[in-house]
Amino acid sequence: MTVNNFPAVNVEFEKPGGIETDELILNMGPQHPSTHGVLRVILKTDGEIIKSATPVIGYLHRCFEKHAENVTWVQVIPYTDRMDYIASMNNNLGYVLGIEKMMDLEVNERANFLRIIVAELNRIASHLIFFGTYGLDTGAFTPFLYTFRDREKILDLFEEISGARLLYNYIWVGGVAFDAPDGWLDRVTSFCDYFMPKIKEYNDLLTFNKIFIERTANVGVIPPDLAINYALSGPCLRGSGIKFDLRKNDPYCIYDRFDFDVCIGKGEKGTIGDSWDRCWVRVAEMWESLKIIRQAVEKIPGGDAKSTVPKNVRVPKGEFYIRTETPRGELGYYLISDGSRNPVRVKVRSPAFVNLSILPAIASGTMVADLVVIIGSLDIVLGEIDR
Amino acid sequence: MTSQEIHDILAQKFPASVVEFSDGILQPFIKIQAGDIDRIARFLRDDDQLQFDYLMCLSGIDLGENLGVVYHLYSTVHNHKIVLRAEAAKQTPDVKSVAPLWRTADWHEREAFDMLGINFVNHPDLRRILLPDDWEGFPLRKDYIQPDIYNGIRVPHPDHKEEANDRE
Repeated sequence: MTVNNFPAVNVEFEKPGGIETDELILNMGPQHPSTHGVLRVILKTDGEIIKSATPVIGYLHRCFEKHAENVTWVQVIPYTDRMDYIASMNNNLGYVLGIEKMMDLEVNERANFLRIIVAELNRIASHLIFFGTYGLDTGAFTPFLYTFRDREKILDLFEEISGARLLYNYIWVGGVAFDAPDGWLDRVTSFCDYFMPKIKEYNDLLTFNKIFIERTANVGVIPPDLAINYALSGPCLRGSGIKFDLRKNDPYCIYDRFDFDVCIGKGEKGTIGDSWDRCWVRVAEMWESLKIIRQAVEKIPGGDAKSTVPKNVRVPKGEFYIRTETPRGELGYYLISDGSRNPVRVKVRSPAFVNLSILPAIASGTMVADLVVIIGSLDIVLGEIDR
Repeated sequence: MTSQEIHDILAQKFPASVVEFSDGILQPFIKIQAGDIDRIARFLRDDDQLQFDYLMCLSGIDLGENLGVVYHLYSTVHNHKIVLRAEAAKQTPDVKSVAPLWRTADWHEREAFDMLGINFVNHPDLRRILLPDDWEGFPLRKDYIQPDIYNGIRVPHPDHKEEANDRE
């Protein structure tokens, strides 16, 4: 073999006699810039190769489920904000939809459209964070600055409609907390006009960058059957080429009225289900979210968005499992009520929790440097994993 | 397939294991003997008509006398769902593990063990997942009492009478 047309030099490293080689146990995290929060991974390494990776979670455990049993149904909504804190609107939406189903509550049409708009805007904001930090993981600093510039514009829109920039408590049982202020919908449209060409810019910057492709293609491949067995969801599942999106396959809210495509990984730069595919699915999804937002802004009816908000939330006895598609995948709430003011049980099926559980299966046999790329491509939020 | 049809198939195939079917509620569930859940789960996963390949959620619940495990299953092939429930007495909360069937159950079962103390028989690696290893008790049980002292640190909480007096 020749490298750069130079004749190959055979260098044989002699193992010094009498020295034994051994496995090295390496702790990655809990304080590590590439674990996206307080995740600790115990690595058993043989040189640069990972023999096994064991995630240790729970550093951010805030007893969400225990809290939920000790406050009223409505008081849980602000807590849901704090699980996946970069897609709070989507968290609110799933929980509230579950309660409405149990109460058999019809929701005002305008509120439904507003919910769709904020949920999809939040999906874009969340994918922008993924995209920027994934650039950082792979050694590109610039995209991070660009994506945070654009995410800022979405946060401004949220601040205007809900008063908060990160934890909104905006979607309420039976409607939304506030109607859109004057001219807000126009500003959403102008954001869409502004943002659409930016996606191409991101692709030029990072997605189709030669170095980025080299780092991510064929790394951390998840075969489709393994993805289903591990119950992955969201972009991690679609990256493996499975066309499954709850907005299409099990529609909730009013998603069945919108026209959009489900993006899947096709293995364009490597193998189907590699890290590049998962990144590409998220980029393509931003485009689809813009399509949904434009349709929603166009069709939104007038009226009072708060007309169906009940004065008193009484959830009848029963149980229900609701699942919605958040930027990270299937967020499920298993709600049990005994008819009293407080929930009996609120179990959260967190998408990032389930997506991370596949890490030991795909990380063994890879290089230590690739582990950063794999963890980044799963797009985890520790606030939601630990709850 | 509807829940009723799936229940009929199971009741015919495993008459001794299917305890009851709760119909007429929002999401009907089938109650299964805790010792047979792995056999039934394997049948649900592998049968051509059913093919429940996707375990959406596995939750532990406290039912007072008993502890329960609820399985929310989905089939990506046939697009149908079913809810199973297994119950075990609080003194001996043994439920067969389904982690060998659906790998996703591994962490879910560890969480249910961590929070409610359900013992999953045949689980490959049953230990605490969210709480520290030296935590005592199972916090999501309804009869759980919050400890006054954890590792030598006083834990403040409203039931702490002396604490309340100090504040006054």
